[in-house]
Amino acid sequence: MAITTAQSPFRIDPLTGMRIDLKAQALVKINAVLAVVFLLVGGAAGLLVALTRWPAVHLLPADLFYMALTAHGVVALMVWIIFFEMAVIYFCASTVLSCRLATPGWAWVQVVLMTVGAAITAVAILQGNSSVMMTSYVPMDAAPHFYLGLILFAVGALIGCFVFLGTLVIAKEEQTYKGSLPLTVYGCLIAVIIAIFTIASGAIILIPTFLWSLGLIESIDPMMYRVIWWAFGHSSQQINVTAHITIWYTVASLAFGAKPMSEKVSRTAFLLYILFLQLGSVHHLLSDPGMSSAYKIFNTSYMMYMAVLASMIHGLTVPGAIEVAQRRNGYNNGLFEWLRKCPWGNPVFACTILSIIIFGFIGGITGVTMSVEQVNMIIHNTIYVPGHFHGTVAGGTTLAFMGLTYYLIPVLFQRELILPWLAKIQPWLFGIGIAVFGVALMGAGTLGVPRRHHDMTFAGQALSFEWPGMAYMMMAVGEIGGVVSVVGGAAFCVIVVGSILVGKKVPADAKCIVAPHADRNADKHIGMGGFEAPGTFVLALTLFVCLVLYYFINFKYLATVWTLA
Amino acid sequence: MATAYTPPEEGWATEPIERTEIIWIVLALSWCLFMFGWMIAWHWIGNQNMNNEAYRTTPEAYAKKVEDFTAKYTVRQDASDPSLPVVAPPPGSDVYLAASRWQWRPVLEFQKGKSYRVHISSLDWQHGFALLPENINFQAYPGYEQVITMTPNKTGTFGIACNEFCGIGHHIMLGRIYVKE
Amino acid sequence: MSEMKANETKKPLTVLQRILDDQNFMLMLGLVMPTVFYTLWGVMEVATIPIAP
Repeated sequence: MAITTAQSPFRIDPLTGMRIDLKAQALVKINAVLAVVFLLVGGAAGLLVALTRWPAVHLLPADLFYMALTAHGVVALMVWIIFFEMAVIYFCASTVLSCRLATPGWAWVQVVLMTVGAAITAVAILQGNSSVMMTSYVPMDAAPHFYLGLILFAVGALIGCFVFLGTLVIAKEEQTYKGSLPLTVYGCLIAVIIAIFTIASGAIILIPTFLWSLGLIESIDPMMYRVIWWAFGHSSQQINVTAHITIWYTVASLAFGAKPMSEKVSRTAFLLYILFLQLGSVHHLLSDPGMSSAYKIFNTSYMMYMAVLASMIHGLTVPGAIEVAQRRNGYNNGLFEWLRKCPWGNPVFACTILSIIIFGFIGGITGVTMSVEQVNMIIHNTIYVPGHFHGTVAGGTTLAFMGLTYYLIPVLFQRELILPWLAKIQPWLFGIGIAVFGVALMGAGTLGVPRRHHDMTFAGQALSFEWPGMAYMMMAVGEIGGVVSVVGGAAFCVIVVGSILVGKKVPADAKCIVAPHADRNADKHIGMGGFEAPGTFVLALTLFVCLVLYYFINFKYLATVWTLA
Repeated sequence: MATAYTPPEEGWATEPIERTEIIWIVLALSWCLFMFGWMIAWHWIGNQNMNNEAYRTTPEAYAKKVEDFTAKYTVRQDASDPSLPVVAPPPGSDVYLAASRWQWRPVLEFQKGKSYRVHISSLDWQHGFALLPENINFQAYPGYEQVITMTPNKTGTFGIACNEFCGIGHHIMLGRIYVKE
Repeated sequence: MSEMKANETKKPLTVLQRILDDQNFMLMLGLVMPTVFYTLWGVMEVATIPIAP
């Protein structure tokens, strides 16, 4: 890799004291802006989907519905998130390490390839011949440029990953940091490693599929396709998980001066992700023909649930670190004073804490349960699945990314947020909307309502099936939650774009906004009963009890259905 | 003091772990190991498992099997849709169900408490077998047939929907299973 | 000298740190583990499905 030798100019940010590489800053900004633009597109498509699946509204005809759903999946799940992840890894590798970004020219190639790729795929979808859903299972066929766009997009993302790795090499050589990588950068490294596996898998399956759509390859085995496609499709969600957990750690430090409770524990948890998290791709194959139970059990459990253990560790250590910092800062009374005294009106914090709660309670508990080999049979491909992954990807990842964006606007764009009152309620609108959406859809899915389905009433069909009233009610409540979350998402886009365009410039002598390192109670004993973070421990126990109960409730339900052997 | 965005203090790998974390890790690890054991144990203690029996086939060969099976055991035409045969196979026998754009064929009639070896496969694109309101779901592929031994434990009229997107008619794709005493 | 000695007595933890800090080794693990246990094993599972009688 060609590494430019000319020293990039830096600026010292007045708000954070960070040394920012101007070339990296431009790249972070462009990736973040493109991400938000695509979030707007994905959200608009999502609104159309929600308004169609809301039984009383049933807005779109079938063809447009399936087109909107394909667009929503591709844009909201892949394009928005991966653009933002590019911004995150460039920011962490350069700004957090006070290092110049490796090969900014290649990083611009990343921006162009991903933009062109996303645009080509978007055009293919809007032309109407590629309503094949994000998964595009063969032998269902899309237009060739649907696959081509995705391939270009993936190649762009891969270049971004190598720019990140190259920057780490430079930082080490130029000794811009001492000792081990900061946890923030370490988490990004884990995400990038997962991304490289993900993108390679995507290339292995999408390039032949593209050739097949051109008629150059005769056929693609549908089961082989699904095995390899999910090494791409599911692992890309594992990138998101790793990225948003990294953001949790980072925001805890930025907002509270929090120190990770134990670097050793957090990093070992990340090692468990590297080893086992990507095995979860098998979650999509549990009801497929001919996969042995040994294969399914080993992979679906991430080798004895070791990646679940890692997530449970992160889920404790991030709020735990906040609690310790708050207690050291003087809020040491009772179990929850530290939590009450958190800056709930600050959108950076609100987004992050909601992301933690929604990811844990809605995404996490259900994810662990539904990926059990047998429980999957009563959940596979029902609308429970979208309910679950909106808890992880919208409630977890997207909210965390929103929180980081609120932080980056004054720092990188050097603008103050416009409409601060809206920014105050936006995380709650989006978070509560998604939470209602997720829970209600999982309720409907438990009753069997299928996903990716235009008309649950089966109107006019001879073999029509009558749902219980509860199923319609759940769908209505869920989609109302969906509409609320779209309003929250739109508010986010308005604030971000508005702040960048017309926000007040941050003055050069602005006061530092990074939280002071906690020290008021530094010498005193903090916490209760020998626990430094007793409040977090109680909250974690609540999650634990919910998980255990929910797990067995699902087995109880499973035990009532037809005998299957 | 170190934060998440500054390098950790030297010796971070030998720092003792705080009590909150230790207890949580032990608790979480125990639960993880329990869940792993329970998922394996359910193969013996539970009545809902996949046997993972499956074969490679072709849509043509499978369509032929469905045709022969239908011809052999058809008892009547369906009351809701007279164009569809209702097939009542003897308990214990092989049952062939075909997914295609956009229907499940044929309509089946089972007896409660009796076992049937239900074969599921697709004749064109991928489909999803969704038994309603039981909510039992399997993937249906072209070129692969999977066999699941099903034993209905209640009587009634059960719907089969498609829960894998299969094109513009996905939402009108239906089938039916009647279960009698 | 005494510092080196302290490191020696806590050798297992130092190994952990060495692994965690080794970016190339982590990259290798992150590629090999899912490729072997998910992808290759999965492809074998599909490839060994017998032909219908």
